[in-house]
Amino acid sequence: MLEFFFGYLSLVIIIFSLLVVLSKNAIHSVLYMLVMFFHVAGIYLLLQAEFLAAVQIIVYAGAILVLFLFAIMLLNLREELSAEQLTDGWPASLAVVAGLLLTLMLSLGGFTTTFNGSWSPEKIKEITFTKALGQALYTGYILPFEVASIILLVAIVGAIVLAKRRLN
Amino acid sequence: MNFTDIHTLMPEIVMAVLALAVLLSELVIRRKETVGLLAIVSVAVTAYFIPTSFGTVFNGMFISDGYSVFFKFIFFTCLILTVLISSRYLEIERSSHGEYYALLMFATLGMMLMASAGDLIVLYLGLELMALSLYVLTGFIRHEYRSNEASLKYFLLGAFSSAILLYGIMMIYAQTGTTDINTISSVLTEKKATVSLLLSVIFLLVAFSFKIALAPFHMWTPDVYEGAPTSITAFMSVGPKAAGFAVLGRVFLVGLYPLQINWIPLLIGLSILTMAVGNILAIQQRSVKRMLAYSSIAHAGYAVIGIIAGGNEGVSAMMNYLLIYMFMNIGAFSILILMRSEDFLGESLDDFKGLAKTHPLTAGLMLLFMFSLTGIPPTAGFIGKFYLFKAAVGAGYTWLAIVTVIFSAISAYFYLRVVIYMYMHEPEGEAVSLSGSPSLGLALLISALLVLFIGIYPSPFISFARIVTG
Repeated sequence: MLEFFFGYLSLVIIIFSLLVVLSKNAIHSVLYMLVMFFHVAGIYLLLQAEFLAAVQIIVYAGAILVLFLFAIMLLNLREELSAEQLTDGWPASLAVVAGLLLTLMLSLGGFTTTFNGSWSPEKIKEITFTKALGQALYTGYILPFEVASIILLVAIVGAIVLAKRRLN
Repeated sequence: MNFTDIHTLMPEIVMAVLALAVLLSELVIRRKETVGLLAIVSVAVTAYFIPTSFGTVFNGMFISDGYSVFFKFIFFTCLILTVLISSRYLEIERSSHGEYYALLMFATLGMMLMASAGDLIVLYLGLELMALSLYVLTGFIRHEYRSNEASLKYFLLGAFSSAILLYGIMMIYAQTGTTDINTISSVLTEKKATVSLLLSVIFLLVAFSFKIALAPFHMWTPDVYEGAPTSITAFMSVGPKAAGFAVLGRVFLVGLYPLQINWIPLLIGLSILTMAVGNILAIQQRSVKRMLAYSSIAHAGYAVIGIIAGGNEGVSAMMNYLLIYMFMNIGAFSILILMRSEDFLGESLDDFKGLAKTHPLTAGLMLLFMFSLTGIPPTAGFIGKFYLFKAAVGAGYTWLAIVTVIFSAISAYFYLRVVIYMYMHEPEGEAVSLSGSPSLGLALLISALLVLFIGIYPSPFISFARIVTG
């Protein structure tokens, strides 16, 4: 049963990811991406990472996609809508993707399920994922967590510096 | 980590808090030079906490050791020199905003985290913090087209290289089950070098090559360095590059050390290609700023030799080289800033014609920095190269040292061409008017003195680098 769901989710993710890049209408692309994000959330649920699934829907499907839609509507894309393809240079992209796929295929054999660290899968199962994530983020991983918040601050400051301030 | 270990993180915490304070101070301070002065004071305060910071916290996620402290010393000096050369220049470019200094400090914080990172996650976040600040700083002259273009190019290629880095980290994690650099090393010693491991090494190497601009991953460098504000070009070609070397050293000489036999040929290839591309393409440049961008690519090719040679000798030679490169490179960029005035770009080779007649002191300083970049004694550039060659020969790469000498000889052509233009050509048209300021003068003085001092009496710096890596 698990395999069936995994197969379904993966298939939909692949098809809709392709549609995102192949569609020539940017709005359609964003909507395909919405479907894709929901199915990625499904994969997280399969892995019993319910918190990530919720965040995936709230942050990506909710906030980021709305921003995408705003950006597309603010930029007047009428000319691009009639173009044959939204982006050219797809042979190069295809080569990169094929390279990455080949790399992954070659590497799969070397992937290990052993882990080195204090959070074993059994322990996470025992205290549930969300609690484990919270404990990890606010104890051992507090440093990267705080650095991430400074990165966000810099991003905000940078966006304002580049876009908002009037030139004197 | 216990609260008693807080001293290890103190420099980073202080830097973050003071960067926020500088960011806020811009609201109330009208004169932007004062904000710059605050940034310099902040660096001094941060540096005060460095001597007591030695230690390892968060299960090896953050390491403050001699290696990281040496790099932090480079970052601090680089930040101070950059602030000194910036204040007048930003006014000329009509872009004097206080956020500039705060972003410089955030970039420095990112670099400090990179140098101290004992975990690939901290490394990545430090790198992003640095890179994000730099994207903004590159586009800081908003009304200038080439600054915008440089910023966008840098952002796109930077994001691309970050994706490659994450892919590499993912592959390493999938095969070792950890992101901790020391644990990766101990897991790898028990493993055979499989295809998948080599592929992940290549991903990491490509990502770092993007960051330190090794050929063939250097293509963003000339455009970005030319388009960015000159003060930021000076900063980018020194601090972030040194930070890139810090993580390259930590990841490859500690984490991936068991695979050394496999990655050394790759690194040698990159190094030679980088020296070739940087030095040969620099010959064609008519813009001194663009020439210095290519020269910066070439110098990264030299410094990589320290990592190839490895060991105490190689790493300390690499660190010294980066330190010396900072003074001579920021010195050369300071001269470019000195030449820039309201209606005069002062970047072309022709602008340097006859400078020795009109401004002998400026020409003399430029001469010193060009000699040092070429590696002519008794300047610091010679000492830097000498110890790199010594390390290469000591590790059995005599042929690589010879190749480097040949490329250094080629580099003399375009560095000394600037000198010839200054001393052997007659001034053309109106005399160049310099836009000096006390702070710029101070930066030039510090750079010139250290280029000479390290050139004549290098032993304190050499032994300092040896002690911290030993």
